[in-house]
Amino acid sequence: MRVNFTVNGRAQQADNVWEGESLLYVLRERLGLPGSKNACEQGECGSCTVTLDGVAVCACLVAAGQVEGREVGTVEGLADGDRLSDVQQAFLDAGAVQCGFCTPGLLVQATDLLDKQAEPSDVEIREALAGNLCRCTGYEKIMDAVRLAARRKSGHA
Amino acid sequence: MDFLRPTSWREALEIRAARPEATVLAGGTDVLVEVNFGHRRPEALLDLTNVTEHQGWSEADGTVRIGAGLPYARLIDELGDRLPGLAMAARTVGSPQIRNRGTLGGNLGSASPAGDGHPALLASDALVEVASVRGTRLLPITEFFTGVKRSALAADELIAAVHLAPASGPQQFAKVGTRNAMVIAVCTFAIALHPEQRRVGTGVGSAAPTPFRATAAEDFLTAELIGTGQWERPRALPELAANRFGELVAAAARPIDDVRGTADYRRHALGVLARRTVHRVWDDHRTRRRQCA
Ligand SMILES: Cc1cc2nc3c(=O)[nH]c(=O)nc-3n(C[C@H](O)[C@H](O)[C@H](O)COP(=O)(O)OP(=O)(O)OC[C@H]3O[C@@H](n4cnc5c(N)ncnc54)[C@H](O)[C@@H]3O)c2cc1C
Ligand code: FES
Ligand code: FES
Repeated sequence: MRVNFTVNGRAQQADNVWEGESLLYVLRERLGLPGSKNACEQGECGSCTVTLDGVAVCACLVAAGQVEGREVGTVEGLADGDRLSDVQQAFLDAGAVQCGFCTPGLLVQATDLLDKQAEPSDVEIREALAGNLCRCTGYEKIMDAVRLAARRKSGHA
Repeated sequence: MDFLRPTSWREALEIRAARPEATVLAGGTDVLVEVNFGHRRPEALLDLTNVTEHQGWSEADGTVRIGAGLPYARLIDELGDRLPGLAMAARTVGSPQIRNRGTLGGNLGSASPAGDGHPALLASDALVEVASVRGTRLLPITEFFTGVKRSALAADELIAAVHLAPASGPQQFAKVGTRNAMVIAVCTFAIALHPEQRRVGTGVGSAAPTPFRATAAEDFLTAELIGTGQWERPRALPELAANRFGELVAAAARPIDDVRGTADYRRHALGVLARRTVHRVWDDHRTRRRQCA
């Protein structure tokens, strides 16, 4: 089947999509957008997190046909050209990236959190990121990065 | 494989009748896992994404009607005050990403003994509205589950909604798992006080082939509270009564040994959860009464 949808504000069309295929597969293998990572394909790791009509979801659990006519936002859409978003810059500055495999999902999820809640508490950050696994950092630097991004966004740093 | 996408509830029911072999797809958080891993190769997917009629909720005549397609995240935000027990359970489902997609209808559709929505529905005497082109039925939640991952849903039926009364007293939900986020329950327990009926409702999950009500425990506590005049003049719940309640809940379980825990552990943990939550709801009830007086 053919699927028409918008990715990061651009109209996209994917052809020869198998009906049981996930949005993650379409993004990575058909549209050449490999930012969203594929690790578990069962919603456990969050490395495939994207937004669907503005709501954060695991792309591996959305069927391709379910995005027909809808808007998807991926990690590729966070930066403005060469200018990184506040959250991306904060991840770099805080040293929250090691192997980087979990990073795209965390960036999308953290961005979604800060869009909804400008000054989240630590508990709220942990809760928001509970579905994103990182095997490298031990999470402390990720917490630092989100706190830093929040401070910068709200003008306190 | 066909990808079927009705745009109205009526059309969804017609397709369901014409293609009973199709797998219904709501949030996809159960279905996609099975498809990704090749455990399920449906001949067709019947996607309810564009059927908006069953994705909202409404309230009328003292009943909340939760559309089967309402994601947990919205249930928590929009119904947390009216249905605190169900919202507590919904908060323990997966992660934010899962709660943004997963639905109560999908939880019921999977009919897993470990489905976190089920105990709270049992404790509050929910009704499941199921529909087909033949008409609509309202099934008591106790009649919905028929076995491990089996329900009373007929091949041509869809789950339309769940009906339950807004809380009239304190409610609690407790879940045992290896960590806070992203776990399938080892066991779960839900309790609801129904002060206007002078009754206690319960629901138990992950401790038998189906979720169930611990009716002996309910009857014991209901009789105990009435017999000791507790509803007129609430006092602290005697430890003996709370212990007996816990024992009866544990005794009602028919758990199995599996990778998540042994049957003995589940029975023990259930007794603890029952005791703990019965104190919580009763203390809450007493405090509220004092504040009202
Ligand atoms: C990482 C992860 C963590 C999870 N954690 C939990 C948890 O903590 N607790 C828990 O209870 N569950 C958990 N789940 C399971 C799942 O999220 C829930 O069961 C959820 O409620 C399913 O809803 P859905 O809309 O995504 O269902 P879908 O996957 O779309 O459907 C599930 C089943 O219901 C059927 N169905 C859906 N809607 C209807 C309808 N209207 N009429 C008839 N049949 C229908 C489908 O055919 C399918 O058989 C988890 C899943 C994942 C991937
Ligand atoms: S790949 Fe989607 S959650 Fe892990
Ligand atoms: S940086 Fe390696 S998994 Fe997170």
